[in-house]
Amino acid sequence: MESNFQLPVLENKNAILFKDGAGDGPSIQPSVNTGLEKAGENQCQYWRSLDELADSPEFESFVRREYPSQMEVLIDPVSRRSFMKLMGASLGLAGLAACTVQPKEEVIPYVKQPEEIIPGTPLFFATAMPRSGGALGLLVRSNEGRPTKIEGNPDHPASLGATDVYAQAEILSMYDPDRSQAINHVGDIGDWGSFVSAIAGKVSEMQSKKGEGLRFLTESFTSPSLTAMMQGILADMPQAKWHQWEPARGNGHVTALGTGTSVQYRFDLADRVLSLDSDFMSELANGVRYARDWAEKRKVSTGSRDMSRMYVVETSISTTGANADNRIGVRPSEYEGFVSALAQAMGISGASGKTSSPRQQQFVEAVAKDLMAAKGRSIVIAGDWQSAYVHSLAHQINMALGNVGQTVFYSAPAEASQTDHLASITDLTLDMAKGEVETLVILGSVNPAYSAPADLQFSEAIKKVSFVVHHGLYRDETAELAHWHIPESHFLESWGDTRAHDGTASIIQPLISPLYSSKTMAEVLTTFTKNPTLSAYEIVKNYWTGGSKAPDVEKTWRKALNDGTVASAALAAATPAAATAPEVMQPSIQPAEGIDIVFRPDPTIFDGRYANNGWLQEMPKPISKLTWDNAALISQRTAEDLGLHATLQFRGGDYLADVIHIEVNGMSINAPVWIAPGQPDDTVTVHLGYGRRHAGKVGTGLGFDAGRIRTTKNFWFATGAKIRKKDQTYPLAGTQIHFTMEGREAVRSVSFEEYKKNPDYVHETETEKEPSKDMSMFPRYEYKGYAWGMAIDLNSCIGCNACMVACVAENNIPVVGKEQVMRSREMHWIRVDRYYTGAAEDPDTYFQPVPCQQCEEAPCELVCPVGATTHSAEGLNDMTYNRCVGTRYCSNNCPYKVRRFNFLLFQDWTTPQFKMMRNPEVTVRSRGVMEKCTYCVQRIQNAKIGAEKENRLVRDGEIITACEAACPTDAIVFGNINDPKSRVAKLKSDTRNYTLLDDLNTHPRTTYLGAVRNPNPEIQRLPATRESFWEESA
Amino acid sequence: MSAYEQTIDTTPSLIITEPEKVPTMTPGQTLESISLKISEVVLRAGTPRWWFGALLVSSAFAVGLLFALTVLVFKGIGIWGNNQPVGWAWDITNFVWWIGIGHAGTLISAILLLLKQEWRTSISRFSETMTIFAVVCAGLFPLFHTGRPWVAYWLFPLPNTMGVWPQFRSPLVWDVFAVSTYFTLSVVFWYIGLIPDLSTMRDRAKSLFVKKIYGMVAMGWRGSTRHWSRYETACLLLAGLCTPLVVSVHSVVSMDFAVGIVPGWHTTIFPPYFVAGAVYSGFAMVLTLVIPARKLFHLEDFITMKHIDSMGKVMLTTGLIVAYAYTFEPFFGLVYSGNRYEKFLILNRAFGPYAPFYWTLILCNVITPQFLWWRKIRNNTVVLFMLSIVVNIGMWLERFVIIAISLHRDFLPSSWGYFKPTIFDILTFSGTLGLFMTLMLLFLRGMPSIPMFELKTSLPQVHLAGHPAQGDFEQEVAS
Repeated sequence: MESNFQLPVLENKNAILFKDGAGDGPSIQPSVNTGLEKAGENQCQYWRSLDELADSPEFESFVRREYPSQMEVLIDPVSRRSFMKLMGASLGLAGLAACTVQPKEEVIPYVKQPEEIIPGTPLFFATAMPRSGGALGLLVRSNEGRPTKIEGNPDHPASLGATDVYAQAEILSMYDPDRSQAINHVGDIGDWGSFVSAIAGKVSEMQSKKGEGLRFLTESFTSPSLTAMMQGILADMPQAKWHQWEPARGNGHVTALGTGTSVQYRFDLADRVLSLDSDFMSELANGVRYARDWAEKRKVSTGSRDMSRMYVVETSISTTGANADNRIGVRPSEYEGFVSALAQAMGISGASGKTSSPRQQQFVEAVAKDLMAAKGRSIVIAGDWQSAYVHSLAHQINMALGNVGQTVFYSAPAEASQTDHLASITDLTLDMAKGEVETLVILGSVNPAYSAPADLQFSEAIKKVSFVVHHGLYRDETAELAHWHIPESHFLESWGDTRAHDGTASIIQPLISPLYSSKTMAEVLTTFTKNPTLSAYEIVKNYWTGGSKAPDVEKTWRKALNDGTVASAALAAATPAAATAPEVMQPSIQPAEGIDIVFRPDPTIFDGRYANNGWLQEMPKPISKLTWDNAALISQRTAEDLGLHATLQFRGGDYLADVIHIEVNGMSINAPVWIAPGQPDDTVTVHLGYGRRHAGKVGTGLGFDAGRIRTTKNFWFATGAKIRKKDQTYPLAGTQIHFTMEGREAVRSVSFEEYKKNPDYVHETETEKEPSKDMSMFPRYEYKGYAWGMAIDLNSCIGCNACMVACVAENNIPVVGKEQVMRSREMHWIRVDRYYTGAAEDPDTYFQPVPCQQCEEAPCELVCPVGATTHSAEGLNDMTYNRCVGTRYCSNNCPYKVRRFNFLLFQDWTTPQFKMMRNPEVTVRSRGVMEKCTYCVQRIQNAKIGAEKENRLVRDGEIITACEAACPTDAIVFGNINDPKSRVAKLKSDTRNYTLLDDLNTHPRTTYLGAVRNPNPEIQRLPATRESFWEESA
Repeated sequence: MSAYEQTIDTTPSLIITEPEKVPTMTPGQTLESISLKISEVVLRAGTPRWWFGALLVSSAFAVGLLFALTVLVFKGIGIWGNNQPVGWAWDITNFVWWIGIGHAGTLISAILLLLKQEWRTSISRFSETMTIFAVVCAGLFPLFHTGRPWVAYWLFPLPNTMGVWPQFRSPLVWDVFAVSTYFTLSVVFWYIGLIPDLSTMRDRAKSLFVKKIYGMVAMGWRGSTRHWSRYETACLLLAGLCTPLVVSVHSVVSMDFAVGIVPGWHTTIFPPYFVAGAVYSGFAMVLTLVIPARKLFHLEDFITMKHIDSMGKVMLTTGLIVAYAYTFEPFFGLVYSGNRYEKFLILNRAFGPYAPFYWTLILCNVITPQFLWWRKIRNNTVVLFMLSIVVNIGMWLERFVIIAISLHRDFLPSSWGYFKPTIFDILTFSGTLGLFMTLMLLFLRGMPSIPMFELKTSLPQVHLAGHPAQGDFEQEVAS
């Protein structure tokens, strides 16, 4: 059958564009229908067999015959990538041209131009990104019907206008040419019609057995319409079972509080925060909002009386830990003792534990005292991956402190069904192994063949299932084992609905028709119902309108689409009691001789689902600044004990890291070592998500799969591991290979106590003063009109990197690949520098986003021999790409090193999907030219044009740069510094305002506001005794 | 004859006198013997076997250059190791190194001429030729180090409809003028200086074809008084024009760095420091070439130990100036400037990741040349040859230290990086060496490598054979 994706004419204005053929022309017009299926079988065979052919001897010999000169490139592992890129792209083009038969429909130009559609003027549509346990409301920019940039929806409670790295990178995921493009049935191209009839046969067979042997496996979702549908199916076939699996979900919370409870924290109301291994700023469900609230509470200015304080107890430094006022590194086997000692100190009955060092004891006592002094104004939050014991104690402490109802709120979960994911996948796999599962339907990109705990041996068990359906964005490890594979529609291509962490519902509306013959989860699931051919649009609209066509219902529906939120009932409040049963109230991790291991989702590619996303792969990990790889994080002393090189040898920008062999419970992996400051001794942190076997051209084979030593018992932590040095090294690509500031006051910080005494500390403590402004013989240029400037509050920046990915998306910044990052050629226009101060075992971590500083006396402009970089009358340091001959003199002379050079052709000029993805308002740079941050000059010009049409000046806040828009904590503020009322001017008049490298007399327009930390004076910090570490790692 | 010699030696000489005189030419040379010995190198039948071997090797490297540059044009300069903090590395190092080598030519033909250093005659053609070929090699780098070499001509002030001009405040534009002027003048001076000898070659050639070729390039030179008169004027003018260039070219090149704000670049001592270094390396390269060439072409009669010794002295002098600069750079950086970036730079040079390069540089450019204080060493061609190679290496390292080491750790530690060369860096550099040697070999085989007519003016016969007019004229030329 043809696609059942029906383009709704009214609600999605973009759809009109395609329907009327006023899009970007046929070459980029996405095929709505199943042209692939109709096209000649041969072409399609050729197209989809590429993957299988690519590495085979036949393919090699084919290339050898066809392109003898290119063979060496193919064999050479370095240039092979670029070769494959070209080959793949050209074959892909050929394949696309051959397979995408345009529908034989008459294309009629507009007779009457639809309202609001002006070619060249982008439109914004509200939608939402479903998340595990919540959703993020988005506004997506659409240029001529192509989504090109994601922004946060200011009206959505989880976003408030901001986004995180994952949301920003979804644009690339949607256009990813490696996405699964066609239905696959046991190795052949299948079609939707046959799938529907196959399922229809199954369903009637299943119904007779009441669904026995039928299993569904999904991720956690919050969609009300999907929930209703799933419940309907389960009611229809009561023996069928629904399992949920996400590798990055912990079960401590569910065990401690029972299913049916979700917790919401109000960091904006908390004076004291204690994080027990919780990285709440980076969590998927509500991290953006939490980061915003937390930072809001910490905005200080002259005269501030109070500031919140955060304690973090964790193993490796996380984003949250890096922002702590007091952080302590604790071994996993010590957590529970630590937390129970804390609970004991706070008088929680039944809690008794011992800390393992005087330093920990001191920390516990100081924290307990501090928290007791902030009753009702504090938060104790336990990490998702922590045990039920820790969760239970955390909630008991919150109750004891009277925080519940003040800063901590319990409600019913937004999730359709709150489950212990580990138990769920274990049940499923054991049933499969026992042969009790006949039909397994895996929906929505779950990838258990890669991510299930190693001891379950999911890939073996699935072979006993006679009928496996896999539905996902990629032909991943699990898809390879399935009988049917259905490509999943990306959420930007889908109709659907979802709920935020606090219960706010949103309609997901598509920004574009599906690029490939893909289906949404609802469309696949509906084949199991009585209406197997409903479209996603019908499903979601019927759910919310009840099928009613009444005008007021229609109006509400349209309003919901417009706003991005649905006025609906909030989540029911809940009053759970933290479990105190004896089996919960005991430590789950038994200390053992040897090394403790911590498993964590990767901070950039998460649990592996973003493995094929080049933007995220190339985005440096927030703390280690590594790209394209995961590594085993160990402490300096552990490295010395193992005889690893205390200093890693480096070549270009790369480290040659020693490789270690990690063995735990008879399972082992090899991993390159990264020496991490703040890591407790005898612990190893490994990140999940790497070592993918079928991720796509970008992600396959990168890093090592930490999941191979992760078992149901050792799910987040393992003890008693052995590590030893292997006689090999592995190159790692880092973007910042130096750790400290060398006394250069790049980040200026002070404690809150000091700040209260001396608000002007940033200037009074500096060693090199800014030269006086009248030093020059020449009068300074007078900026009469607008004078654009930026202020970055280092007290708010949490180092999440959202600005970096936002900049990549907005400014068409290319991905360069690991080899090029190793040569320090990454192209990010804004980078987030990370510096440590203090002792290597107990460091303070600071972040500093560095875009172009837009110097008024720019050293780059003076030395350009052709005038390719010049100063605008508004103070922008403009870059004329067409004029650049590429001498790189400007970059050499830039003291901030924010200029980026196209050393090779980094842009992908051939892949058609990427042509659609790019922002048409920003030049796509070719090789050989310099590029740099322009303060999003395209946005400035648009706003100025708009203002001029209305004969007024640009208002403050009208221009939001991409980095500013994405920033969850409002750390970046842009505006006109000639307007004293503008936000940026106000920030710049703050005493904390300072200029980076001000002694160079460059007069940058970007300035920073110094960081203020609020450490507990009763907690003693370790002295910086091991200075050598910082020096040696230089 | 020997009676003559004795008499001659007592006549007042233009040479700054030395305690022990070593003649600039072996005794007993006549007008005929000079022409014969020098032109025979070119005109004799049969080419020595070693020449073919040497050409094969050097042109193989030159082909490597062709390959590297072809790949470069098609793929981009990313095939080199240049990266984000280190935007310039081997490319500009090589450029400055070659330009420096090219300094010997002008110095010998212009400055030494003005200083009346008669011994310069024998090596002037040699070094002028070397200059031109070195500048050819140098010029490749600014062109190909750009990201888009096909638009590199935008650095020239070409009138265009858009009215876009180069940005004249940029030292790179000054470079374009300095280097192109230098190259043009060097070529013209060299060619004009060749004309009388080319006519000698024409006259002495036996094969008609060769006669025609030399005849064409000699541009009809007949040696008439009018020719000589015009020739004299042209030479004087060009010598005058070239003199400031000796100082200007490398001063301007040094401003590429001195104008930048990078610690290690931003320093006012660069112009004299660079010029001294350039002369240093230029003379080292002349020695590297002359020592084997005089042996292989049996030119010991004209390039005597006197020349070798003098060049050794020039090297010692300029080497001392360079050493002085090396001493004062740390002083400026650590003590005088009071600037934390400068301080760090000096320490990073000496103790950072590139420390071995810095200390090798000190060894090559400061320690080793001290051997030149000893006459015995200056007169030992083998040792001197090795020393000249060491100085060449040292001067290359000096530029690398200034350019790449300063760049790799500048202001913000977050941006610090590291440079390592790729195979293409090596191919390009070795390729220019190959190109240079290829051109030199072709020149040695096809052109008189010592100015015959000028050498003849030093002959005693010329002054005593009763041609006062001719003698006066020649003296004028020589001055």
